[in-house]
Amino acid sequence: MKQNKTLVFAVSAVALLVLPLILQSFGNAWVRIADMALLYVLLALGLNIVVGYAGLLDLGYVAFFAVGSYMFGLMASPHLTENFAWFASMFPDGLHTPLWLIIPMGAALAGVVGMLLGAPTLKLRGDYLAIVTLGFGEIIRVFMNNLDHPVNITNGPKGIGQIDGISLFGISLSKTLDIGGFSLTSVTLYYYLFLALVTVSVIICHRLEVSRIGRAWMAIREDEIAAKAMGINTRNMKLLAFGMGATFGGVSGSMFAAFQGFISPESFSLMESVMIVAMVVLGGIGNLPGVILGAVLLSALPEVLRYVAGPLQALTDGRLDAAILRQLLIALAMIIVMLLRPRGLWPAPEHGKALTQVK
Amino acid sequence: MEILLQQIINGLVLGSMYALIALGYTMVYGIINLINFAHGEVLMVGALTSWTSIGIMQEGMPGAPGWLILFLSLIIACVVAATLNFVIEKVAYRPLRSAPKLAPLITAIGMSILLQTLAMIIWKPNYKAYPTLLPSEPFNIGGAVISPTQVLILGLTAVSLGLLMWLVNYTKLGRAMRATAENPRVAALMGVKPDMVISATFIIGAVLAAVAGVMWAANYGTAQHTMGFLPGLKAFTAAVFGGIGNLAGAVVGGILLGLIESIGSGYIGKLTGGVLGSHYADIFAFIVLIIMLTLRPSGLLGERVADRA
Repeated sequence: MKQNKTLVFAVSAVALLVLPLILQSFGNAWVRIADMALLYVLLALGLNIVVGYAGLLDLGYVAFFAVGSYMFGLMASPHLTENFAWFASMFPDGLHTPLWLIIPMGAALAGVVGMLLGAPTLKLRGDYLAIVTLGFGEIIRVFMNNLDHPVNITNGPKGIGQIDGISLFGISLSKTLDIGGFSLTSVTLYYYLFLALVTVSVIICHRLEVSRIGRAWMAIREDEIAAKAMGINTRNMKLLAFGMGATFGGVSGSMFAAFQGFISPESFSLMESVMIVAMVVLGGIGNLPGVILGAVLLSALPEVLRYVAGPLQALTDGRLDAAILRQLLIALAMIIVMLLRPRGLWPAPEHGKALTQVK
Repeated sequence: MEILLQQIINGLVLGSMYALIALGYTMVYGIINLINFAHGEVLMVGALTSWTSIGIMQEGMPGAPGWLILFLSLIIACVVAATLNFVIEKVAYRPLRSAPKLAPLITAIGMSILLQTLAMIIWKPNYKAYPTLLPSEPFNIGGAVISPTQVLILGLTAVSLGLLMWLVNYTKLGRAMRATAENPRVAALMGVKPDMVISATFIIGAVLAAVAGVMWAANYGTAQHTMGFLPGLKAFTAAVFGGIGNLAGAVVGGILLGLIESIGSGYIGKLTGGVLGSHYADIFAFIVLIIMLTLRPSGLLGERVADRA
């Protein structure tokens, strides 16, 4: 059994490492899909901490994604130096923040925002919490849309462009890299960066899940009052859940900004939050492999279908174009999967576990 | 002063539409504890159906008075929306009644996207000009103006609310609904059929949403497949604001929200010297909600219920 597990692990690790190389030969668009899927996995893992472990339904999660993106966008693009003279005099070469600074900063900033937003919602539960977090998400988006005057911070609906790509150990990820006649395109390099981040995140999440903190979160999820009676500081634990969840969103957001090179408020709509929640719930709430599965399915599958949608579009006289078909399929998947498997595709084997072990 | 009066009138009109939508949310929530995310889409389908039927009627019977066409299309919209909501509940929510709480929420979100997409396929994604069927000369009240459509909105809201209150408080169905909301199991033991009550709730909610949708389209003069989203969201906020599950709360919450939004967006530019413009109107609702819920977590008129373990 043990050996079997190691084998599965090794095979999947190799498969994940080789995947972009295979995809690359079909075209960069396919690798891009894999890249976005990994970013979504990162987001879903973060939200899973809040929704899956601590049981706090957060419908505004994309706000943290946005915070991370905008932080990177401002720290690594000509936007600030162009708009503020004093800023330009401080950084005559423009501001180009290195990756090693960006990741902790994105994580910390999003974490702080997460706790700030979490603080007023501590007393709320269930659906009230959902609507308030949804409100926060919308508020942040409206601010991003409108903070181009009186002081131009976010450049409004036009968004921020010319964002630097990431360079790592002197290798720029935005250029094709040649190693001994074998070329790795930019998207493939990003793939490896994102894969590394996802791997680290999965390890963090797993360790959290089995730690004292993780158990405290799950106790709060199952019954907050009982958890309190057991001596858990529910206030701090909930804030921690919001903060920890948000850090993943922040990191993912800054990676997204670097990867796209352009961000605008449009990428951070409520629909995006809803999609992330759907990924977590569809895959199997509170269960890491399930969450990853959900994120990959909901982000990659519709994109793949986009490529086969061409003939269908011709067939239906242009009414069913790829984007519409994608939306249709997401909606149908959400409904059908939930109807057939209400606890998700790959649910956590949590309930009744203690019982079987005692026997 | 005239500006204030005008903003109050606009706020009342907007608020009464919110109230109609919020009632649908709050009734469903009161009975099965579900945020019916697809409610805004029912509104949209109602509005677009009426748009189509108005087009057909204007061609089919030229010379018919505008109010008659509007009335007939309103009825058609109500019927279509009611059927739709009935089917949605049967297909997407009923099988999940004993499932984990998040499952029906996800199907509801899925339904919402599905309906939007289908509407986009059926009606195409462009904005449709909603014909003006009522006279457009506004009435003048002390310097402020109110259009006949807006008067109609206020009137229809009042009538709908009156009918709903009568239905809930004085009929057998209403008693069954209140009993089911209180405790579905005990209600079933007393001979109430919860499934039937729930279906009835969805149908009533859909009718109210369709009325609001047609009025919304008539008031703003456009209809489109995404039009249900924002009113739905705001109305839900209104329902929570007033105390979800509480009918009077939904009405009070809706009207207050409408007033806050229209007065707030009318004055914010002046108050902040042009720094914050009226594009911030959309977030007033949420800011008010957040302040409200931190101070009084169960909403304006909501009862403080003990936590169910």
